[in-house]
Amino acid sequence: MASRTRRLVRVLPHYLALSALALIAIYPFWWTLVTALSQSGDVYTFPPRVLPTEPGLQHFVEVFNTIDLWAFYRNSIAITALTVFGTLAICSLAAYPLAMMRFPGRKLVFGAIIATLILPSELNFLVNFLTIARLQLADTLTGVVLPNLVGAVGIFLMKQAFETVPRELVDAARLDGAGDWEIFWKVLLPLSKPALGALAILTLVSAWNQYIWPSVVLTSPDHFPLSVGISYLAGAFGSKTGVVAAGAVLTVLPILIVFLFTQRYFMRGFEGAVK
Amino acid sequence: MRKNTVTAYLFLAPAIVLLLLFAFWPVAFGSVIAFTRYNVIEAPQFVGLANFTELFGDALFRSALANSALYLLVVPVIQILALTLAVLVNNQLPGIRFFRAAYYVPVVTSVSVIGVIWNFMYHDAGAINAALRWLHLINEPIGFLSDDRIALFAVMFVTIWRGLGWYMVLYLAGLQAIPQDIYEAATLDGATAWQKFWKITVPMMLPTILLCAILSTLAAAKAFEEVQIMTQGGPFQSTYTTLFYAYEFGIKTLNFGRALAASFVTSVFCMALAWLNYRYLQPKDA
Repeated sequence: MASRTRRLVRVLPHYLALSALALIAIYPFWWTLVTALSQSGDVYTFPPRVLPTEPGLQHFVEVFNTIDLWAFYRNSIAITALTVFGTLAICSLAAYPLAMMRFPGRKLVFGAIIATLILPSELNFLVNFLTIARLQLADTLTGVVLPNLVGAVGIFLMKQAFETVPRELVDAARLDGAGDWEIFWKVLLPLSKPALGALAILTLVSAWNQYIWPSVVLTSPDHFPLSVGISYLAGAFGSKTGVVAAGAVLTVLPILIVFLFTQRYFMRGFEGAVK
Repeated sequence: MRKNTVTAYLFLAPAIVLLLLFAFWPVAFGSVIAFTRYNVIEAPQFVGLANFTELFGDALFRSALANSALYLLVVPVIQILALTLAVLVNNQLPGIRFFRAAYYVPVVTSVSVIGVIWNFMYHDAGAINAALRWLHLINEPIGFLSDDRIALFAVMFVTIWRGLGWYMVLYLAGLQAIPQDIYEAATLDGATAWQKFWKITVPMMLPTILLCAILSTLAAAKAFEEVQIMTQGGPFQSTYTTLFYAYEFGIKTLNFGRALAASFVTSVFCMALAWLNYRYLQPKDA
């Protein structure tokens, strides 16, 4: 009993510190949710409401009536799906020869990929906007997706995953007459599912959340993803706090659900990056 | 060419094409355009250093540069807080996974939603002003985003709030890579928790600290998204950063020469900072 009390006293400040910081991290979201669900009264009160007053979904209904939210959802899903599949395909394809083959120019290609990490990318989005316009892809979802499909991080991640596959498996497949494509498709990819999963999650979150680039490329509201749609809603209906709050909730909800189910990828996925 | 080589380049082709188009071309083209007059419609005209002299002659750009430098204050704050947070959550206490997830939620949220939410928080009658009033710390609401002396710091606070969880996870991974027996040996030798932190944790974490310091310094020097979404450079142009300036001149006025010169300056600023970090934070015995 005494030792339990002592343990509690020792752990309590720890929990207090953790809770205070968690409150700062989470409270703005909680306030937004409560405001979205509260149907009446002053939005800004003190002490701020902990639970919604006269809870109801009126604000959410109003979001759907004011803007074509389904179109924003569709656009977000299309952009995210295309980015994730494109990234997985292009990065793992590029990683295969870098991990498994010896060929002239290998060092040069590899060096160039590393260089993109160091290159000052601050110039990129302005010139990429010109490139996308010249390719006749302005105001299209393809224009949003295309520059995001390839990155050094994705290529590294897949190259490392391929290199950890036992060499004997690859050699055995080759003895059985498998070509490079079969080794890539039937041996390496199935054995690299954890890396593919981690890359998919990282890409999914960043594609869903990106804001500046789609808002530069897209001009017609029909093509907006949710991230751009929410600032459009805030701009047009800024005075209707409850409606804007409901829009914010509808925008973060999908990604929060994905995050809660795939948390371990975020918390463990970076161990490789740090070592 | 050998068959092997052809196969290798077939696998690499999509990545190489995209990298050339969207990573190398912008840097090459941008570095040239920074020395020209270019409005997209007419062909670029070489003007030497004119864009740069105009840039540094523009009071708005000079204050943007000062703001970008001031923005670096978020780096030590975010690093100290993130390391503290990582030490706090690197414990097998019941419910610790909830806390780790809670701190990470802002990281997976779009900057546009963060802008909306913090506009609520910073509102004249919003939660922060209400709390400060309730504590009798203020009588009049603070115009977090409407007072030109405060707005930049309010935006910087959001950057810290938003980035903390990300650096926490990087530090947490670093902490978990430290072998536990070092701590056990130190405990046997009678080391205090404080001694263990300074003599074991910090030295073992130097590579992670260097990585996080570089990443957050570069992010701060490139600060722009928060400004674009929350203040649009205002009030009274007090929250311009160099990259926001580039965005304004490029996307809004199509003065690409000036915009890319501003990006160019940001790049040089970033590279100098990365070099300084690398120079002074390298593990001593490495």
